[in-house]
Amino acid sequence: MMGSEDDDSQEARLFTSTDAMESLVLDQTPMPHPFLSNSDYRIAMSGSMPLNESHHPLISSTSQKSLRDSFRKGFQDSPNSSSRQSLREADFVEPPSYADAIFTPYMGDASPEHENGREVGSSSSSSLHSFPTDTDTLVIKVTQPQKSQELGTSLVPGGRSYVTYLITTRTNIAEYKGTDFSVRRRFRDVVTLADRLADAYRGYFIPPRPDKRIVESQVMQKVEFIEQRRLALEKYLSRLAAHPVLRRSNELRLFLQFQGKLPLTPNTDMASRMLDGAVNLPRQLFGDSSAVVPPQEASQPAKGGRDLVRLFKELKQSVTNEWGGVKPAVVDEDRAFLEKKEKLQDFQRQLGDASQQAETLVKAQQEVGEVMGELGLALIKIAKFESEEAMTNTQRVHANDTKRIGTATIKASRFYREANVQSVKHLDQLHEYLGFMEALHAAYADRSNALLTVQTLMADLEANKLKVEKLNQAASKFFGVDKNRNRKIEELNEVVKVNEEARDCSQQEYDRIKERNRTELERFEKDRRKDFLNMIRGFVMTQVGYAEKISNVWTSVAEESVTGLFTSSSGSSTSN
Amino acid sequence: MVSRQQSSRPGGHQSPTAEQPSLSISVTDPVKLGNGVQSYISYRVSTKTTNQEDRGPEKIVIRRYSDFVWLHERLVEKYKGIFIPPLPEKSAVEKFRFSAEFIEVRRRALDVFLKRIASHPHLRSSEDLKNFLTADEEVWAMEKARLLGGSVFKKNPVDFLQMFKEVQTKVTDVVLGKDKPLEETDSEYEKVKRYVEVLEEHLSEAQKQSFRLVKRQRELGQALSEFGKAVKSLGDCEGGPVGRAFSGLGGQSDILSVKLQLQAQELLMKFEEPIKEYVRIIQSIKNVMADRAQAYRLQKDLSEAFKLKELNLEKLRLVRPDKVAEAEVEVREMKVQSDVARARFEDIVRLMAQEMERFQEEKAKDLGAILQDFARAQAQLAADTADAWRTLLPELDQCSAEDMQTLQPSS
Repeated sequence: MMGSEDDDSQEARLFTSTDAMESLVLDQTPMPHPFLSNSDYRIAMSGSMPLNESHHPLISSTSQKSLRDSFRKGFQDSPNSSSRQSLREADFVEPPSYADAIFTPYMGDASPEHENGREVGSSSSSSLHSFPTDTDTLVIKVTQPQKSQELGTSLVPGGRSYVTYLITTRTNIAEYKGTDFSVRRRFRDVVTLADRLADAYRGYFIPPRPDKRIVESQVMQKVEFIEQRRLALEKYLSRLAAHPVLRRSNELRLFLQFQGKLPLTPNTDMASRMLDGAVNLPRQLFGDSSAVVPPQEASQPAKGGRDLVRLFKELKQSVTNEWGGVKPAVVDEDRAFLEKKEKLQDFQRQLGDASQQAETLVKAQQEVGEVMGELGLALIKIAKFESEEAMTNTQRVHANDTKRIGTATIKASRFYREANVQSVKHLDQLHEYLGFMEALHAAYADRSNALLTVQTLMADLEANKLKVEKLNQAASKFFGVDKNRNRKIEELNEVVKVNEEARDCSQQEYDRIKERNRTELERFEKDRRKDFLNMIRGFVMTQVGYAEKISNVWTSVAEESVTGLFTSSSGSSTSN
Repeated sequence: MVSRQQSSRPGGHQSPTAEQPSLSISVTDPVKLGNGVQSYISYRVSTKTTNQEDRGPEKIVIRRYSDFVWLHERLVEKYKGIFIPPLPEKSAVEKFRFSAEFIEVRRRALDVFLKRIASHPHLRSSEDLKNFLTADEEVWAMEKARLLGGSVFKKNPVDFLQMFKEVQTKVTDVVLGKDKPLEETDSEYEKVKRYVEVLEEHLSEAQKQSFRLVKRQRELGQALSEFGKAVKSLGDCEGGPVGRAFSGLGGQSDILSVKLQLQAQELLMKFEEPIKEYVRIIQSIKNVMADRAQAYRLQKDLSEAFKLKELNLEKLRLVRPDKVAEAEVEVREMKVQSDVARARFEDIVRLMAQEMERFQEEKAKDLGAILQDFARAQAQLAADTADAWRTLLPELDQCSAEDMQTLQPSS
């Protein structure tokens, strides 16, 4: 059945259920922390295996089979049950998709469990609840916004108020140690979470967080704003929960589970960062061997305030790359990557266009529905009036016919509008994926930055090596022993060693990011294809379904009218 | 709707004389004539008499909008009490005058106008109609010049007197302190008036909404077309089965967009404009109501004036016997006029009653047919829409299947 998997996943099989339907798919290795286990991570990411085929000893204890989260309801709705079957099997080959988090229920699917009693179209939680409980679930809900008072800040007397949200999680992922828990978090915490994830998971397509939206405090208190934000938060967290790697991150876990103040470092404001940087600068300039980027930092991007020297150097390098006329030692040779990038830019343009036109289309449909309703009302008013004033039978019949058609018009108008609501849910995918492009750009920026670091360090290394050689040459010319010079050579050799290590680290990081980019892109493309196919199908089926309904409404009333006209003597035109 | 009018009226109305040929008239082939500022549209008016015995040949004349206006005015003057079929409006905006849509809308309305006249038991025998339909170009030009030239004096003596009397009435009213014009107090008639007014409101509303529907449907067609284009480009970008799916989506969007535009056009011609015509018909009814009010006032005034004159006569007999003879003549004349005015008023009342009945019958039939067409057209559009989208489904299935294939390593 699933031949290729079976061979590789023997040990995993020990831990999986014996459900024959499900294949054995191991989850993406959870090794996010940059300061640890780089080597483990490299093992995990060796070769160019797609995510679902990777396996390694570290995760044996936590291996679970992963049922595809995005068992789209759309497939359930498909009239073709055999295709549904085959699709279901194929689902298990794949890791969970992005779009799970943005799964929108189709016609007739109400999200039954939303605490506010409102349907949240974009919550992935609804789809996951229909799954058997031995799957790898992580369901997050955001509810109960509450106003809180900040304790007096230094400058402003009395506190400023802010809003907290109740974040409720249900999961069976083992790392979480617990199945149901909740915490209160404010938006600021979400920003911190997003920032830390961006640092720790360079190269991944990280779902973009909700906008900060700088608005004045009056607006912040408005119910609509808070509700908007609540929805956005739920969407965001659900997307994180659906990402095969991010869902197991410490950062997310802490956010969801840790009671009390969020134990993640926020990016402090610009002023203090600049201060930090200013403190470090003298050290770096005059300094100790931290003139060279220490290896562990080499695998991190240059931070705004703190790594001024590094920033300058990398900036210099990038300028050299552009204008130096000398090719840097390591170039992004991945021609395919560059081409892909361009294609993606093209794609983004087209997607933006399509998303816009979809919006226009939906609006136009809405307007047609609305005006039909008003026309129907006008007709019914006429019918009522005419029947009141009717003096002959012909008039009565006519009034009745008018009423029936007016009623049909109103029914049709309702269907138009319902169809539109459903269409919006489908076509919204265009918009969602447009949002995702942001994640792609960030991931590719990670790559560029990492490459720049590598290039800079290599340039540094060359320069330092040159220095050493010069000194050695000078030393070999003189027969005396120059203690100073020798000491200098010693020091420089040390520096070169550190430099080499740093370069290696940064190279590893770069390779790692490249690989992540690649696999994420693959996943993204796969998911995107599937999601778009579903979207198109869902949209088309909605249109078909409602068009049929509308057609029936009109046909039945048109036929009735015919009989009505010719039986004017009997006042027995069918009532509606 | 309009086709009903072509056949001779079924019985049930005051019978047109049996020898009257029933007319089949059509207005076609708008042609732009003249240059620059003086250009105008001419229409081909073709008349066939469909009488069994006397099948005359088809008569064709060329007329322009102002000719129709002339005919309309003549009928309004001559046939008091009759609801004269309405004309389409003049165009307010200059450059809109020659748009294809406007011309077509106007052509249809003129066609309906003549058909309604031709099927009206009284109007169909109008001389003016006959002239309009049959006069050759030179004759027609002469007629028009003559009639337009003498328009001030073409009113017959009674009309002239009527004009005079109107002025007198106003003066009398002011002098006697009657500010309000005299009105009938017939409660039945009041009901009718009220009915007409409210009906006008309702029909106007329906017309307004149907016009908005036409517009919105056009916009939807436009939006679908743009959407189709964008989606096709996106599909080109994607390639593979997804690309094909998008292509299909775009293709059907295009097809449907065209259908929608066409249907919007039909909706305009067969739904919105006919309803608009009925609003105009009601306005023509209101004109008749105004005529009736005027006739009422006139006969009232003349009747009063006669009574006054009679009283004066009696006085004169006592005071100035020499003036009596003259006065007696005047009194007799006044009586005649008063009687004439009353007869005319009563004519109008009688005709109006008949016309209202006829109007109700026509309206029931016409609007019934309009609404039914509307329902059928909408049903057709919806069915076409469903069909168009449905054709995509097997293709989408295939695309999905193909996409699945690319995911599985060949096994």
